[in-house]
Amino acid sequence: MTETRIVTKRLHDRVDDSWTLDGSLASGGYEVLRAVLARGDAADVQNQVKLSGLRGRGGAGFPTAQKWSFLPPDSFPRYLVVNADEGEPSTFKDRMLLELDPHQLIEGITIASYAVQCSLAFVYVRGEFALGYERLTRAIDDARGQGFLGRNILGSGFDCDIVVHRGAGAYICGEETALLESLEGERGMPRIRPPFPAIEGLYAKPTVVNNVETLSTVPHIMQMGGEEYAKLGVNRSTGTRIFSVSGHVNKPGNYEVELGMSFRDLLYGLAGGIRADRKIKFIIPGGASSQWLTGSDEHLDAPLDMDFVQQTFGVMLGSGAVMVFDETVDPVLVAWRLAKFFAHESCGKCTPCREGTGWVEKVLYRMSHGLGRPQDLDLLVSVGANISPGLVNAPFVQTTICPLGPSAVSCVASINKFFRDEVLERLRNDAGVHA
Amino acid sequence: MSFFDDANLARAKEIVARYPRAKSAILPLAHLAQDQNGWLSQEAMEQIAELTGTTAADVLGTCSFYTMLKRRPCGKLVVSVCTNVTCLVVGGPEVLDHLEHRYAAEPDVTVEEVECLAACGGAPALQVNYEFHERVSPASAEEIVEAYRSGSRRARTVSGASVA
Ligand SMILES: Cc1cc2nc3c(=O)[nH]c(=O)nc-3n(C[C@H](O)[C@H](O)[C@H](O)COP(=O)(O)O)c2cc1C
Ligand code: SF4
Ligand code: FES
Repeated sequence: MTETRIVTKRLHDRVDDSWTLDGSLASGGYEVLRAVLARGDAADVQNQVKLSGLRGRGGAGFPTAQKWSFLPPDSFPRYLVVNADEGEPSTFKDRMLLELDPHQLIEGITIASYAVQCSLAFVYVRGEFALGYERLTRAIDDARGQGFLGRNILGSGFDCDIVVHRGAGAYICGEETALLESLEGERGMPRIRPPFPAIEGLYAKPTVVNNVETLSTVPHIMQMGGEEYAKLGVNRSTGTRIFSVSGHVNKPGNYEVELGMSFRDLLYGLAGGIRADRKIKFIIPGGASSQWLTGSDEHLDAPLDMDFVQQTFGVMLGSGAVMVFDETVDPVLVAWRLAKFFAHESCGKCTPCREGTGWVEKVLYRMSHGLGRPQDLDLLVSVGANISPGLVNAPFVQTTICPLGPSAVSCVASINKFFRDEVLERLRNDAGVHA
Repeated sequence: MSFFDDANLARAKEIVARYPRAKSAILPLAHLAQDQNGWLSQEAMEQIAELTGTTAADVLGTCSFYTMLKRRPCGKLVVSVCTNVTCLVVGGPEVLDHLEHRYAAEPDVTVEEVECLAACGGAPALQVNYEFHERVSPASAEEIVEAYRSGSRRARTVSGASVA
């Protein structure tokens, strides 16, 4: 079992200097930008990205070229906003790309900006990423010094610059419209759509929001050609993705693999299997927002294919996180901690999410601390259904302004689906509280 | 009286100039204020308002949304311990517990529980003034904090870093 390193190639090949200008230039950095600008065909960049089948790596998996195509043709200025707010629990790939290969991101931003004719890009970096912020700002200065950014880039007549903006601790700012609010100096609360950011985004101007990994892939697509890139992967899940594997595997870490690999090969082949040869109790693919899988053969043999897992199991590949929990773990405790996270991070703008996440957390707290009541599981399901009607599968039924509310009940749906008997048995024996 | 010292005031003006609208500079200026002073005081917010053409109430309204912005004095060292699910199942809460007790009576160290730090590959994880430390135990976490206290380790402050 092997990785297919494209976006993570430099950071593995040059562990001593992958983030520096020298390290980047010595390994092909900015050559694609040079070639793209020399050809002078912005429409071709859009076309190659379209042919590549690239879909957003931030969570929703929306086709990147299609998102770019929504910008109204004659409206300027327009902005590219890079989402480096990575806060989805158990996702740690964008931090790695920022810290270890900021020049690759800058090259991707510049090429994408050229494609969509934008001359000012913003990178919204999660506030806690001090090293990533420092390396990215340094890299931008170095790139500007070489003429890769700024006015008349490499003599092409194209101008583009990048402003780096630090967040300040709020998961919801990863949601693209909350991010734009935050970038405008407001509280990070999502906007009601429409209008979509492509029409009215940052400062009410047409705006594209893309994830760090998405844009870091763009130079490689231009180098390989869109059709060649699309040969990698499976079905509509083309190319490679970085999966952040964490939890009870022997070798947690980021693995860049061709889409279509099975969960089994990722977890046992690359991540070294489960510690002490224990069994998997459950897996949370796609980040905390997704519903869960188990260690069954059916789940382990499933391919890493965004549409397949959604249609077959109602889970998502989301942000590319795969959390693995062995048989020593109490699923109710994990569900409670996730509920606590969502209750804390709810921005409070919609009632079902603001109130509901708090109740889910309270009920799961008593259930996970020996104080549950016999009806608690059904109570949870009913509270959950008030946040996301039906409480079934991804994609969620959403009655809230953003998907955070429905995400918060994925854990409820999952314990009800896989561990209902075990949980009911336990609730019958619990002390109970009069809460 | 200026809250920002001369060097930071110059930086603050450069930061405001980066943005098409001055209000966007509220968060970067709040970070700059904290890098200078450790927390975000009323005087800091008043000057940020002046620099961004807003009111102190606007600045408070924005800043009170964000957990990294401290609106009361805190320790010189902020120790942020993750207890989200990956850290939860490999000992994060035990690290938090130990540090909270150890530093309960030491005002120079503020211990806080935080959400996933994007360091789950090295769980359990923590940060000291936003420097990452991974695969910590209660004992090693205390050693790390002590190294910052004694000055043998230093954290970066980043808000004044280069301006686009
Ligand atoms: C609650 C919430 C949090 C999100 N957090 C992130 C994040 O940290 N990083 C990210 O790239 N996308 C995040 N997203 C997805 C963004 O809204 C958006 O879809 C993405 O940045 C678009 O980029 P892409 O098309 O390149 O994936 C989040 C979405 C929601 C609803
Ligand atoms: S769903 Fe929750 S986080 Fe999203 S806008 Fe509504 S209250 Fe805010
Ligand atoms: S869960 Fe602790 S760093 Fe991600």
